[in-house]
Amino acid sequence: MTDETADGPGYAIAEDGSFTAPLTLAYPYARTVGPTYGTFLTGLAAGKVHATVSADGTVFVPPAEFHASTGEALTQWVEVASEGEVVSWSWESAPGNAQPFDRPFAWVLVCLDGAGTSMLHALDVTDPSEVRTGMRVRVRWAADAEPGIGAITCFEPVTTGGAS
Amino acid sequence: MRDVAVVASAHSAVSATTDTPIELLIPVINEALANAGLERREVDFWCHGSCDYLVGQPFSFVSAVDALGAWPPIVESHVEMDGAWALYEAWIKIQTGEADTALVFGNGKSSVADMFRVMALQLDPYVEAPLGTDQIALAGLQARMALDAGVITERDMAEVAARSRRDALANPVALVSGEVSVDDLLAADKVRDPLRAHDIPAMGDGVTAVVIAAGDRARSLASRPAWIRAIDHRIDAQRIGGRDLIGVPSAVAAAERCGVGGDRIDVAEIHAPFTHEELLVGRALGIDAATTRINPSGGALVSNVLMAAGLARIARAAETVLDGTADRVIGHATQGPCLQQNLVCVMEGA
Repeated sequence: MTDETADGPGYAIAEDGSFTAPLTLAYPYARTVGPTYGTFLTGLAAGKVHATVSADGTVFVPPAEFHASTGEALTQWVEVASEGEVVSWSWESAPGNAQPFDRPFAWVLVCLDGAGTSMLHALDVTDPSEVRTGMRVRVRWAADAEPGIGAITCFEPVTTGGAS
Repeated sequence: MRDVAVVASAHSAVSATTDTPIELLIPVINEALANAGLERREVDFWCHGSCDYLVGQPFSFVSAVDALGAWPPIVESHVEMDGAWALYEAWIKIQTGEADTALVFGNGKSSVADMFRVMALQLDPYVEAPLGTDQIALAGLQARMALDAGVITERDMAEVAARSRRDALANPVALVSGEVSVDDLLAADKVRDPLRAHDIPAMGDGVTAVVIAAGDRARSLASRPAWIRAIDHRIDAQRIGGRDLIGVPSAVAAAERCGVGGDRIDVAEIHAPFTHEELLVGRALGIDAATTRINPSGGALVSNVLMAAGLARIARAAETVLDGTADRVIGHATQGPCLQQNLVCVMEGA
């Protein structure tokens, strides 16, 4: 196979003669996240989890700007714990780039103590036998994090002492 | 309200092709028009559903007009959604009296990237999408929640896969088909716990095109039109941790507004790329599997052409009315992560 027109990583000419080239899309803009996410994402960088509360007492983590059913604007804030419970999980057996780990791990929905909704993140376990619904987990904070979801490195199991 | 019916349809699907979207569109649009006995110039309104993220080119959908023929000028529109939502727009267009006939089409090329990761870009851009997850991981979270709650079982999911693959034997554009036992499926390893390979859809490149028409125009184009008696779509909150993933409230709401429970349903084509989704949507719509034939085409599980698979469900359900094998049917379509948005279309032969 000649390779006269294909150069650079990812460029190739297939058996049928078709040429393939990589296309990497990027979104290189800065934009404001607004007051609700601004409070939440800035709080994460300080090791705090801020949540909005609706009139019916539902605590939203991550915070919602509006109640999806009633349309109520949510401006009341509470702080919730950085520890909670796995509501559901699924196994990442083929991790790719830009994921929290480069080896297999669990995706989890975690309901933090005091919250009425759950949040998506990764759990630092290496085998499906180490995760179950209802298990206790806590936030592992990134060191010197910028405001953003990246201030949470992942969740990690809470060990209760004694035999593991 | 004007009576509007599906009068003809056509489909294509392959696992991967280097054909351009336009090259894929032309034969299927021609086939749908031929099935309706309609000339291009007789189409009052063209409506297209697709997603630019699939090919990674902003406004790539505009080039699809080349497959329609834009001279003399035509009236056309596009939704950045599955073609089922284009059908909804065309139905409204006909209701306004601005059109009597419409050709609706949805198309997608799933083979050009890892679409399970591309579709996860629909997630919240600040707190979910940056994690780099994919649609299979999200489907697994939803499936496990339903499994843990005892609402479905892994055997139920395998039965969906076995039935879909068996039905796919009669579907010439199915990408996966065959006789397989539920026990054999369950004996396989979980590839993305709790999901096994049979729970995950076969992705395809292709097109679905549907012709709809009003009143006497529909009667002149088909001997037994599939009359749209009700159509509605509803949406749930975006974040998957902030809504009822098991109950699928938006599907419940759409079904209620369409009066689904008012009479028996002969056939339900449910847009469920993942096995557990068919079970959850079936519950939400109030479908009784004992009296309703579910996904006789094999469904999106065996041929998941992104942005066409939802419209294909409406078309496949309509085809059972057009060929006289069913009287009252449902076509369902979904969009967004974990069944976020749901459309229900009830069609009848009389």
